[in-house]
Amino acid sequence: MATQEKQPFHWHGAIEKNITLLGVLSLLVVLVGGIVEIAPLFWIDNTIEKVKGVRPYTPLEQAGRDIYVREGCYLCHSQMIRPFRDETERYGHYSLAAESMYDHPFQWGSERTGPDLARVGGKYSDAWHVQHLTAPRSVVPESIMPNYAFLAKNELKKPDIAAEVKALSITGVPYTKDDIAKAKDDLINQANPDADNTDLLKRYPKAQARDFDGNPKKLTEMDALIAYLQVLGTFVDTESAAAQEALAKEKGR
Amino acid sequence: MVTLVSRAGIWLVLLLLSIMASVAAHDTAFAIQAATVAVACLVGLIFAIRSPDYQRVSRGLAAPTGDASKYDDDVIRWGVIATVFWGVAGFLVGVVIAFQLAYPQINLEPWFNFGRMRPLHTSAVIFAFGGNALIATSFYVVQRTCRARLAFPGLARFVFWGYQLFIVLAATGYLLGVTQAKEYAEPEWYVDLWLTVVWVSYLVVYGGTIMKRSEPHIYVANWFYLSFIITVAMLHLVNNLAVPVSFLGSQSISWFAGVQGALVQWWYGHNAVGFFLTAGFLGMMYYFVPKQAQRPVYSYRLSIIHFWALIFLYIWAGPHHLHYTALPDWAQTLGMVFSVMLWMPSWGGMINGLMTLNGAWDKLRTDPVLRMFVMSLAFYGMSTFEGPMMSVKSVNSLSHYTNWTIGHVHSGALGWNGMVTFGAIYYLTPRLWNRTQLYSLRMVNWHFWTATIGIVFYAASMWVAGITQGLMWREYGADGYLLNSFADVLPAIHPMYVLRGLGGVLYLSGAAFMVINVWKTIAGSPLRAEAPLYNIDQNKANDVPLVAQPAE
Repeated sequence: MATQEKQPFHWHGAIEKNITLLGVLSLLVVLVGGIVEIAPLFWIDNTIEKVKGVRPYTPLEQAGRDIYVREGCYLCHSQMIRPFRDETERYGHYSLAAESMYDHPFQWGSERTGPDLARVGGKYSDAWHVQHLTAPRSVVPESIMPNYAFLAKNELKKPDIAAEVKALSITGVPYTKDDIAKAKDDLINQANPDADNTDLLKRYPKAQARDFDGNPKKLTEMDALIAYLQVLGTFVDTESAAAQEALAKEKGR
Repeated sequence: MVTLVSRAGIWLVLLLLSIMASVAAHDTAFAIQAATVAVACLVGLIFAIRSPDYQRVSRGLAAPTGDASKYDDDVIRWGVIATVFWGVAGFLVGVVIAFQLAYPQINLEPWFNFGRMRPLHTSAVIFAFGGNALIATSFYVVQRTCRARLAFPGLARFVFWGYQLFIVLAATGYLLGVTQAKEYAEPEWYVDLWLTVVWVSYLVVYGGTIMKRSEPHIYVANWFYLSFIITVAMLHLVNNLAVPVSFLGSQSISWFAGVQGALVQWWYGHNAVGFFLTAGFLGMMYYFVPKQAQRPVYSYRLSIIHFWALIFLYIWAGPHHLHYTALPDWAQTLGMVFSVMLWMPSWGGMINGLMTLNGAWDKLRTDPVLRMFVMSLAFYGMSTFEGPMMSVKSVNSLSHYTNWTIGHVHSGALGWNGMVTFGAIYYLTPRLWNRTQLYSLRMVNWHFWTATIGIVFYAASMWVAGITQGLMWREYGADGYLLNSFADVLPAIHPMYVLRGLGGVLYLSGAAFMVINVWKTIAGSPLRAEAPLYNIDQNKANDVPLVAQPAE
């Protein structure tokens, strides 16, 4: 027996005989990595460097984003441009942390079966988007994207939009009380060419208010999705000389 | 009688509640999901009323308890059948979406578009096929290695059926468009809550069985199973923190956003691989490989070192999914360094498994089940080398966003997880249903080869596709402009998509052999008349004594 106890790892027997010890030690061991890597992201200042222009989504854009999520667009399209020459030439300035700070959850994606969409806003016309979503191969013959013709037929149903904006504000998106109260009207008016949207545009700078799907009579899921796509990557001015100066000083890259 | 009435009463209350939720639902998807729960409650109610032995109840006798001299294997038998069923379902959906990428006409909007089918595939294979395999084998292994019956048999049954309900709700939800957009954690808030209840029950049954063990030592397989159950609980709870938009609607807002959300998600996502698909399956390996080879585990010390190193290091590797993104550099580098270190404990497990065959390697010639285990360890070794390599930032700059990642995942999932599960199913089926043999060993052999060749097709085509994508995207012409538009790359990889689909078909047809084999074994069919896997080495002419011959 004496020789047995001198075996290396004989102390491990104590852990093997006690499930509480084994369980608690396992939990402690697996806690470390997450705490060291994730927790600091919540308090280190330069994790998200402040940039001008980022704002919460309008209710219609948020509704469009919900459709983007529902259809699993993020499974084939990334929204994260990496700082490589080919990517910035193909898609635009590399993505900034601040640009997705109000995305619950993030839509960076993991795969580019289709192209990156982080800065797709404004690159194509609304009509192109309608045509492309309805029948992708009619505009891009090589495309392997599924058809989303039903989006133009489906009425946008968002009975809980005010609750959704409220939930977003609970998680830290800076919507005002005014924004929450007007969410329902904002949702409908943004896609209505006849509505007075001056207040909406004041609260949500750079928002685009118009009919998006070519059918002003009906508020469809297509309206919402295109409203979202057209605003992607447009919040932050990355092209002007001043912006380039400021971005060049960004640390951590 | 009292328990009988209260049990039926609980089912009735749940049934009425779910019907009310369905009627009052704020969106169609939630109404359908609540109706699905109502159907489950109705089935539960019917069983609660019909299954008791009323003859006994009327005489005031308690329901019969299980035979204490035998292990409690009912749940494990169901689990084996569920594993086979969900496996085939998951592989089938995988084949369909593989061909959707080659031939987009196969997309049927809105319910069967790629974007809704892909989570159906990943959840079906990881959580339904893998999860059922883990629950069933862990209950089998924990009883045998502890020499104790399952603790809380009623709760164990709840774990099984509760888990199936989770699968059905998640799967139907995806097709209806219910998702919280986190890969491998797509189910919405109410399904997450339900899974939490089921998972805690799982921990109670599993831990309870270890507590009442007759063996002083907890066997190494159980360390892995236990750390898998605990860690998955932790990951699930943190990653799914969310604010429901309405308690009668299917949507929720994730608590985390942007950078933090991305790292929380991949901390979860990578460790779904690390604990669900690695630690749990290593538990499986540590029991079934020594049993099938009839050799002891190679090294006790190695198992201690690689267990603690593996569970410690895995957690850190998440950021390698976010190289060159807006995640701070320090986190990316930390993730890369730990991913590379992870290579060693991963190979520790492979070495411990493979070396267990020391002195039994000849069995590979005659035992196709053992061959499956060995092939799974080989794929485990290959993908845990490939993973650390791809986590190196310079490699990742090419491989990220391409099909190389898909190929890597599948060499691990089809090769390691699939093969070890098939081996375990072939080990368990004759034993659980008291058969002397599997229906056919030749069919196991066929399964082995179709699956192996299928994986080779899959991995090879995705390597080529991924590297093609990576190179074409960054290709510049002599004039200094990008040479290819994004759309140019798609026709270039089309043949690879087709080959990958064919690889999937091979793998699925291997599973079809398994269905027949398991089915016939359970049904107790006479063994298949087939050529034996090896013949006795017999040379009659030489098998005679030497007799002195007269000289000429």
